[in-house]
Amino acid sequence: MSGMHWNRVKISFQRRIQILSAVVWNGYVAGFQKGKIFIGPSKALCVPVLNCYSCPGALGACPIGALQTALGGTHHFPFYVLGTLMLFGIVLGRVVCGLLCPFGLVQDLLHKIPAPKWKVPEGIDRPARYVKYIILLVVVILLPAFWTTKTGINPPYFCKYICPAGTLGGGIPHMISDPGLRMLAGALFDWKLLVLAAILIASAFIHRPFCRYLCPLGAFYAVFNRFSFYQMHLDQSKCIGCKKCEHSCPMTVEVTKNINSPECIRCGKCREACPTGAISSGMIREIER
Amino acid sequence: MEKNKRMLVRFVRYGILTVSILFIVIGIMKQEYLEVLQKAVKICLECIGIG
Repeated sequence: MSGMHWNRVKISFQRRIQILSAVVWNGYVAGFQKGKIFIGPSKALCVPVLNCYSCPGALGACPIGALQTALGGTHHFPFYVLGTLMLFGIVLGRVVCGLLCPFGLVQDLLHKIPAPKWKVPEGIDRPARYVKYIILLVVVILLPAFWTTKTGINPPYFCKYICPAGTLGGGIPHMISDPGLRMLAGALFDWKLLVLAAILIASAFIHRPFCRYLCPLGAFYAVFNRFSFYQMHLDQSKCIGCKKCEHSCPMTVEVTKNINSPECIRCGKCREACPTGAISSGMIREIER
Repeated sequence: MEKNKRMLVRFVRYGILTVSILFIVIGIMKQEYLEVLQKAVKICLECIGIG
């Protein structure tokens, strides 16, 4: 797809959507100026992406944070949060990861840094991809639901110990703007900074390491990829088997064999690379037409 | 065979869509959105690394 030129910098369709999306989810500009978070009613709505609700700009709630709170707080079945997540999943699938997630954008931009690009050996890559499913099941669902601390609360374990989006979007801006919070920061904040730094550094060498191996939200949407209304489509009659699509895929999906693989983030790189226009994407009705 | 597979995918697709909408409606009726709101309007100390 053609991009637009700003001062000779070509901004792709994907990048324009990613930037717009990041601005929409974090549109409370005054929050960054005041160092406070938005407290309007839109915070009752879950956004489809990993975007910390403690980010000063956040206008909505992070679905992973909300899910852990629902499971750990009142121990009831989280109809509202789960229903919202399922709705995003079945309509969009992992297009959320490819086009809408601000932390995906951060990783994409870091991967632009001129550094050696490391293709993770298949023997490591394939099993490591299952880690995100384990994080979803154990850290996001089971631990908050069943593991109560001595103080009688069930903390959001993923947010507390892993989430780099929370550290980047929430932790760092608050530490900069609030000296009181800075005084409270200890070993946990250091740990979270370390996790964030490791992921950001890895992003320069490996494409989207967090989405690939660790993101529980990506794991959740991956389950819906095959069934979602938004689908990728390969027209076999046009395919000449050149494999340019597979070489261009940042998630190393076998496009010609399994175009709607759970790993496909629908970034559209394969569609752009295809010399015969055999690949298309869109809502299912457009494709079936 | 291919037709059956396509039918199954379509059945699952619309089934999940229906269940997700049903879940949201039940959640709204149980006012679960207020719980989300309550958490999201306060700075989450765990999320930002204070604990």
